[in-house]
Formats: sequence, C-alpha cells, structure tokens
Amino acid sequence: MDDVMISVLQRTMVAGTPLLLGTVGEVICERSGILNLGVEGVMSLGAVVAFIVTYTTGNPWFGLMAAIGAGMVISLIHAFASVTLQANQVVSGLALTMIGLGLSGMLGKPYVGRPLAEKMNDVAIPWLCDIPVVGAVFFRQTPFFYMAVLLALVAWFFLERTRLGIKVRSTGEHPRAAETQGVNVTLIRYACVMIGGGFSAMAGAHLSTSYSKSWIEGMTAGRGWIVIALTIFALWNPGKAIGGAFLFGGIFVLQYLLQPLGISPNFLAMLPYGATLLILIIIGLGDQRKLSAPAQLGEPYKRGER
Amino acid sequence: MKKIDTLEMKGISKSFQGVFANRGIDLQVKSGEILGLLGENGAGKTTLMNILYGLYQPDGGEILINKKPVKITSPTESIAHGIGMVHQHFMLVQNHSVIENIALGYKHTPFFFPKIRIREQVVAFSKKFNFSIDPAKKVWQLSAGEQQRVEIIKALLNGADLLILDEPTSVLTPQEIEELFRILKDMKAQGHMVILISHKLDEIMDVCDRVTVLQKGKIVGNADTEGMNKQSLARMMIGRDVLFNVHREKIPRGKKVLSVETLNVLGDKGLPSVKDVSFDIHASEIFGVAGVAGNGQRELAEAITGIRRVSSGRVFSQGVNITNMSPRRIYDSGVSHVPEERIKFGIAPGLYLYDNAILKQHHLKKFSRKMFLEYGRIKNHTSTLVEDYRVATPSIDVEIKNLSGGNIQKLILGREISEAPALLVASHPTYGLDVGATEYLREQLLKRRKEGGAVLLFSEDLEEIFELCDRIAVMFQGEFTGILDSADDKRAADIGLMMAGSLRF
Repeated sequence: MDDVMISVLQRTMVAGTPLLLGTVGEVICERSGILNLGVEGVMSLGAVVAFIVTYTTGNPWFGLMAAIGAGMVISLIHAFASVTLQANQVVSGLALTMIGLGLSGMLGKPYVGRPLAEKMNDVAIPWLCDIPVVGAVFFRQTPFFYMAVLLALVAWFFLERTRLGIKVRSTGEHPRAAETQGVNVTLIRYACVMIGGGFSAMAGAHLSTSYSKSWIEGMTAGRGWIVIALTIFALWNPGKAIGGAFLFGGIFVLQYLLQPLGISPNFLAMLPYGATLLILIIIGLGDQRKLSAPAQLGEPYKRGER
Repeated sequence: MKKIDTLEMKGISKSFQGVFANRGIDLQVKSGEILGLLGENGAGKTTLMNILYGLYQPDGGEILINKKPVKITSPTESIAHGIGMVHQHFMLVQNHSVIENIALGYKHTPFFFPKIRIREQVVAFSKKFNFSIDPAKKVWQLSAGEQQRVEIIKALLNGADLLILDEPTSVLTPQEIEELFRILKDMKAQGHMVILISHKLDEIMDVCDRVTVLQKGKIVGNADTEGMNKQSLARMMIGRDVLFNVHREKIPRGKKVLSVETLNVLGDKGLPSVKDVSFDIHASEIFGVAGVAGNGQRELAEAITGIRRVSSGRVFSQGVNITNMSPRRIYDSGVSHVPEERIKFGIAPGLYLYDNAILKQHHLKKFSRKMFLEYGRIKNHTSTLVEDYRVATPSIDVEIKNLSGGNIQKLILGREISEAPALLVASHPTYGLDVGATEYLREQLLKRRKEGGAVLLFSEDLEEIFELCDRIAVMFQGEFTGILDSADDKRAADIGLMMAGSLRF
C-alpha cells in the first residue's frame, strides 16, 4: 500500500478521535435522558483550558486534567437547569454552547497565535507498531486516540454489562420506574451530564494540545454539532460510535484531499449530517424500535407529581 | 425473617394544588391478611399507597411498622422495610428485557455482568410461584398478565412482606385474574400481607379478608368481608344504593342514522383488522359491539370516526357518504366520539378545563369569531357543562389532568353529546371508572337514546352491554359473528360462544 493511503488513514484516525470522545460522552448523557446541545461550547472551553494550562505548566497532561475539570464544572449549569429546574433542555443546551464559546474566546485572547512548546506526543505501542500498514495507522498515534477507543469500549461495557449501566439506561427510558426501584434519578442525571461534559472537554484538549498545538477562536469548527449527529448515527451505542466517528473523521480528511479535484469542501462538510438523516430514514422505514432513542430523552422528570 | 408483622397508618393527610387527596386516614394491616382498599376514582386510594411506598410525602400523619414509627422518604427505604408495590401502570422499562428490569431494583444484583449472574436465581424463584417467563424477552413483547407477574417477582425478590397491588385486574383477562388471585392466596398462606386497591366489588368479596372504604380522601367504612355483600359494600362506597339494573324502557327505533357496508380496515401492523363488516344503526337505538379486546373493535371505531383509513367499503351518516372524510367533517356530519384511552385521545391534559370543553368545536360560530376564540362564551359553556354533567372540579380554571378519571370522562361525554349528535360512538366509556361514575354515564347514554340519538357502544363489559343495548353485535377476529336482539334471551346466552368464535349466526 502506498504512503499516501497510509497517511490518509492515519489522519482519519486523528480526525475521528475528538468526534469519538465527544460522542461517547454524549451517548452516556443522553442514555440518562438528558439531551445536551452544549457539546460545541464545552469542547471549545476544554480546548482553551488545556492550551492555557499546558502553555503555563509545560505539561500537556496537566492541561488535559484541567480541561476535563472545567468541562465537568461548566456542564453543571446544564444539569442544574435541566434536572433541578426542569427547564427546556434544548434552550439550556444551546445556552451552554453560547457560554462555552464566549468564555473560551475571552480566556484565550492573550494566547491566540502562540505556539505550544510541549505537546501531547505520539506514542508507539511496542511490537504492534511494527506491523505493516496496521501498525502505522493504529499504533503510532497520540494517547488521545488510544484513550478514545478504550473509553468507548469501557462505556459500552459500563452501559450494557454493569448494574449501574442498567440504572442509567432505565433512568433515560422510564425515570419513574427507576425511582420506584430505588434509583436516585437526580444523582444519575447530574453525574451523566458531568461525565458527558468531561468527555467533550477532552475532545477539545485533543484539538489544542495534539491536533493543532495552538489556540484560535472557533477551532472546534462545528465538531460539537457533528457529535450530536453522530450520537444518533451510532444509535446511542458507544460501540457503534467507534465506527461512526472514524467514518466521519474520514470525511473530514477527504474535505482537504478532494478539494483539488473540484469537489467543494462545503459539500463534504455537509456529509455527516446527511448521513445521519439517511440512517434515520432507513431505520425509520423499517423497525422503529431499532431506532431506540431513550424513551424519555429531553423530558424533565418531576418527582412526586401525578 | 419477616420484617413486618403489623403496619399502621395514622392520620395521613396529603393535598395536591390545594385539593385534598387524603385527609386523616387511619389504616391497619397484619401478616397473613389481604386488605381491600375500596373507593371510587379520585377517592385517594393510589395517593395513600404512594405515600406508603415513599413516592409522595404526607403533609401530616405517621406510619408505624411493628408498632414503631418510621419515616419513608423514598422507595428505597420502603423496599428496605419490606414493602413492595405493583403500580396500576406498570413500572417496567418497555425497551429492556425482563432480566434487566428485575436487575434494576434487586438488592443482590452484582455490579458486573448482572444479567447473566442473577438469571438462575430469577428462574428458580419464578418456579416457586409457577411463573414461566423468558427472562431474555423484552417487556414490550409480553402480555399484560406476564408484565404484571414480572412486577410481582420484582417485589417478592426484594423480600416484600407487604405487597401493594394497585388495580391489578384492570388489564387482565378473566383467566389471568383467576391466576393472580391464586398467587395472592398462596402468598397469604405463606404469611405475606397484601393491600389490594380496587373499585370492583366482586374482587374485594372474592379475595379480601377485610375491606377499608375511602370516599373523597376520607375513610368511610371498615369491615370484614365476611358478612358483607355487594349491595352493602356499594352503599358504603358511594354512600347510597346503586342501581345495578338500569331500567331501559321500550322505544320504537327511528330512521337509519348510520350504515356501514362491507367495511375493511387495516390494523397498526398492516394486517386486516376489520373484515367485511356491515350493519345499520337507527335513531333511538343503542347498538353494542361486544368481544374480547383486540378483535378489531378499536379499528372499527376509528374507521367510522375518521381517525383510521378505510381500505374498502363505505360508511354513511344519515345518507351522506363519510368514508375517509376528515374527523372534523365526520363530526360536523353528526357523528361524535368518546374515544378509548380518554387521557391520551380524549383530552389535552395540560390545557385548562375550558379549553378541553370545546375540543373539535372551537371552530363553531358560538365559540369563535374569525381567527379569535371567544373566551367569555367558552367559559360560560364550560360552566354549564360542569354543572349539567356533574363534573367535580374546584374550578374551570384548572388543568384537566388534575381531575380524576371519572370526572374527565364526564366532561368528555358532556362535550360530545351537548350538541345532540345523531350518532355517538362510545368506546369503553366506563372502563376503569368507579360504580358512581359508571352508573351516571350509563344513564346519560340511555337519556341520549330517549332523546332520539343513536349510540354505537364498544364495551368488554357484558353486564353493561346487556343493560344498555337494543342490539348486540359480537366481534371476533375482525368479523361480526352475529347480531342479536338483546331481548332475545335464548340467543343471548350464546354470546360467550360467539365471542370465542365457535358459534356464528
């Protein structure tokens, strides 16, 4: 296989990484019944926090930790509004995006255009990285890539094969039933929203400390919205999200690759959303139950109401 | 080891938006006892039990277990105290499997691989009570009876000594009801205690040792079922004697109001649900459709009222072809509809009483001018309806979801018949209602007949069908197995066989 092909695949993995991280977080959040449209904002905040902390301390791992913390904290706004106040989750999520984008622009102003001295370095996995093609594509990647894939698998295992996972899923499907079985719906939803925020921020950290090693306003470039689409595309399954994320990542790479051939990058940028719609239509025409959106997604739950 | 020997509730009160649901309730139950909690809809039975289960907090009063006061602030605590509850609307996650639903609340569910690891236990436990349910099946694939059994297993696995059942029979077939009662008697023999919420007098007489009667949130009676009969129970429940046999006077039937010609309709799954059905209904006549639920009654009612497409055949309302017209035009042609599942299809729960009082009529001249609603007239009309149809409500300015089922149904019926439609299609109008509301609604249907209206009544309740109808059609697998004159005693006895499809006329 020629080097161009390998390079394209490698870049596909890189481009898919933040999408996968964000999607895994959003899947966990939505499985608990909360729709979080704030991904784009939290991702952006994660990017700027990771950049600033890495820039100041010189350690990208500190940057990553700080970003995750910031993502979880700012997501509390959405959790408070949608769980405690039972506000409209679409409005609250959009507000979170606005806050996140605004805040990151403000915090990042002094850092625009500055290069990062220390970045998250690629790690080659011994033995495996020597496999032809496969080694280069999968095993000479940033830690973010390994973490994303691993966390996706862990999330799948958590949701499908643990007791807490059943609780989370039941909370999204039928919160009252969950509560009658002794589940603390409020706690689960808060936790899932915050976990989702942590994942989004991690995706942002990947962008600023590994993917581009710099900060510029608007660098998330709509990836947060692709994550929302991807969550549906993956049918709320973290396992399927792996395939979906790298498929969409591939489309990202193609945008640059196909431009010289006269295919508009705008057209390709549209593809993830088109593909999501297509999936919805195809499954919607067949067995609707396979669509399996959590039954109470986006619905506030009121305790002690009849 | 048993956790509860005696349970007592003392002076429990609870109100919702200023409306009292419970007021100073006292109640006791002890091991090996089945207590019936009887009362009309809205009497506060479910509220009381939700307090016991920790879903609601009482405004006042206390709960004593083994004579010691306890505070129950969540279902978790209730379960820990040995209380289990099977709700009227099952608390099951439809998209999850049986085992996942059980694992959700089971105390000993392990953290990792819960589904595989508790499977054995669940299967063994169900065998003890002669249940057979495939744990891998999704809940939506189960019948109502099977779902209820899953709920019972859930409660018993957690060591429930006290099992609360809220209207457990309302969704079951007669065979399933018998099965349930057998289980309850087994449990009683093993020393469990049961609280059975019901408004069906027969059931209370059948299985309960004692009965506590609630009315408008207060206790109005307490008795051993031995020495009671249906009449005395009913008197306790609604505070006066009930007419168990509504008197139906002979009225000659008038001109043809509705005629259905070889109607064919597809069901939700695209399979034929109504097959070549033909019949006529005349003025001053109540035409009943009997049959076990799911034999095409719903599809037939929906096709006539315009909610579902007719695939072939024709429907005439007073000579006008209304086949596949829009529901609104069918309504305007003189066919009104009291739909089944009143909360889902009969009202908009979050809207006010007066909004709900004019659904389908908002376009009439008397309620609107051009594009604006005339709220003054609408509210006057609503007040009249509330008064005429005895809807118990604090005011017409409340969201209709705060009313009890019986009062919601009275308002729906009032709305549908106040315009004196030529034909009223009523689907299970008294389903799930208490004796008082049922009696009232039946009287209204007979009144409609006397006034010269026609009624097409769908009901599973044979008693109701015989009481009200002039002619009875029996529906089986989408077909009419026969149309009988209800005065014809000889053939009326065959109705059971016709419902099972083994007899046709």
